[in-house]
Amino acid sequence: MDELLKISGLRITTLRGKETVRLLDRVDLSIRKKCSFGIVGESGCGKSITANAVLGLLPYPLRVSEGSIRYDSRAGEKELLKLSKKEMQAVRGEEISMIFQEPMTSLDPIFTVEMQMAEALSFHHPDLSRAEKRERSLEMLRQVNIPRPEQTLSSYPHQLSGGQLQRIMIAIALMNRPRLLLADEPTTALDVTIQAQILRLMNSLKEQNDTSIVMITHDLGVIAETCEEVAVFYAGQIVEQAEVTELFARTAHPYTQGLLRAVTSLGGASRMLYTIPGIVPPGGQWLQGCRFADRCDRCTERCRREMPALTEAAPGHLCRCFLHSEEVEA
Amino acid sequence: MNGGRDDALLRVEHLQVYFPVRRGLMRRVTGHVHAVEDVSFSVRPREVFGLVGESGCGKTTAGAAVLRLIEPTGGRIFFKGQELSALSEEAMRGKRRDMQLIFQNPYSSLNPRMNVWKLLSEPLRVHFRLSDAELRARVLEMLARIGMTEDQLERYPHQFSGGQKQRISIARALITRPSFVVADEPVSALDVSIQAQILNLMMELQQEMELSMVFISHDLNVVRHISASVGVMYLGSIMELGDTEAVYRHPVHPYTQALLSAVPAHDPTRKSSHIVLEGDVPNPASPPSGCPFRTRCPRCTALCAEQKPALTETEPGHFAACHHIA
Repeated sequence: MDELLKISGLRITTLRGKETVRLLDRVDLSIRKKCSFGIVGESGCGKSITANAVLGLLPYPLRVSEGSIRYDSRAGEKELLKLSKKEMQAVRGEEISMIFQEPMTSLDPIFTVEMQMAEALSFHHPDLSRAEKRERSLEMLRQVNIPRPEQTLSSYPHQLSGGQLQRIMIAIALMNRPRLLLADEPTTALDVTIQAQILRLMNSLKEQNDTSIVMITHDLGVIAETCEEVAVFYAGQIVEQAEVTELFARTAHPYTQGLLRAVTSLGGASRMLYTIPGIVPPGGQWLQGCRFADRCDRCTERCRREMPALTEAAPGHLCRCFLHSEEVEA
Repeated sequence: MNGGRDDALLRVEHLQVYFPVRRGLMRRVTGHVHAVEDVSFSVRPREVFGLVGESGCGKTTAGAAVLRLIEPTGGRIFFKGQELSALSEEAMRGKRRDMQLIFQNPYSSLNPRMNVWKLLSEPLRVHFRLSDAELRARVLEMLARIGMTEDQLERYPHQFSGGQKQRISIARALITRPSFVVADEPVSALDVSIQAQILNLMMELQQEMELSMVFISHDLNVVRHISASVGVMYLGSIMELGDTEAVYRHPVHPYTQALLSAVPAHDPTRKSSHIVLEGDVPNPASPPSGCPFRTRCPRCTALCAEQKPALTETEPGHFAACHHIA
């Protein structure tokens, strides 16, 4: 198949007391090979749990209640949700890797960089000698442009800066040449000049290694810089999805329009910024109709009653809004 | 420099803050972190001055030192013509009703055990002697201004969203009717759609209450929107200073140029015209000799290592600290 990862009808729930609360609602996504795919949305929209679900990393009491995640691995197609713990471990790092938001907290403070890099290698290749592992680690550090790689290998995390740590996290994630990299807000904790370095690095690694990247971020600027395709999440659903140039040129959903206007009106002619009134409704407090209805300036009576389906507004451009289609979500 | 403006409400001259580094059993001072090396600027009445820079450049420390929440190591601060750096602790406390601070993180800056009524009335009790009726009137007036209602008075911080919490902490800072506030990254912890709401509120209040403000942020777009003039900091020193539009449209310092070009554009057709800086910000405990930016500067020469460039005027009201600006 042409798709590397195919998520269909994914639904994630949690427990609040004895009540089951939905956090993600029937999300469909497919990531093509050698593609960089962006997931954008505000906090609490379900971006990170989608990525965590792919690797089976949802913390209790969160769980996948419905749906499937199919992955086209080197050894043939797999349904990730049906894998045993052991089979999943073989996928993590080797086939699919993840980098997390805060490089400062995702490395273990009591081990050197070398030990943490070697661990990732020996997990999948237990027969490698120490010297071979060191050689591979050095090579990876050079690939991510770490100055003085030998010295860095024997350093502890606290001796390195945030930008260096995130490079090391990327190096560890790419150690076993995975074919899919899930990057959950990889530059949010970093400064803009360092962010520019990391984004450039990720782009070039993707080209070199033929890795697909899923970039999760709240920053539309990062999406515009790095991704080919993008899905906009709102309240546990995809509300718009398209190629990046299409999405920015012909933004269809009022929520995406609002997000863009909120950031681009900064520094614009008008003193007052465009705002989307209200807040993202938390899981369990979603409206019956369109979940954006309360905050939308084009909301109609119908939007409050019925939920619009995610349909094509233009070829390849999906949007969940009655402005573009009459179809109702089943 | 623009510190020379006579009409300034606040004038900061060569502010310096060092923190001692202690080592060993005797906790002897073995060195200093040069958090703020040399910062001078001034804020006119009803003006918003933006202080922008990356993390660790000393902008927060500079803001706190202006209010003497951290004692400056050197330099002078004038507020309404009076030298703050010479005031006693006691006299400084009296000044604080006129000079307030808005914190970055509303999740940790509000006491979780105080309800809205207590949070908002506390500053009034500290600084004024008001009757119960007056107190209540002032609190309700402020509450209305931040778009909240009387029935929310009994609620506690955890019952509010991040945006509402930041409204409360803004109200808490402004309820004493100060003429000057330092706002330290007031929107950084918030989501994009909420950021715009809070920025609008801050701009409205700034106009209504005729506030002067030092607005500290790492977000270049936000600073551009809210401030009339701006200072760009790097490793404890101001690199460039001037009217916001002049600095953003025609940055002259190589650091400002790189910083501005690193901001992702919201336009996928205009990809990567970045000046990507190599390396990291040096450790402020052992800053480089000469120009603080020289270790990452594409235009660095021998002169930069020997001499620290002073802020010089390149155009009227526009200053930059670089040897290579004609």
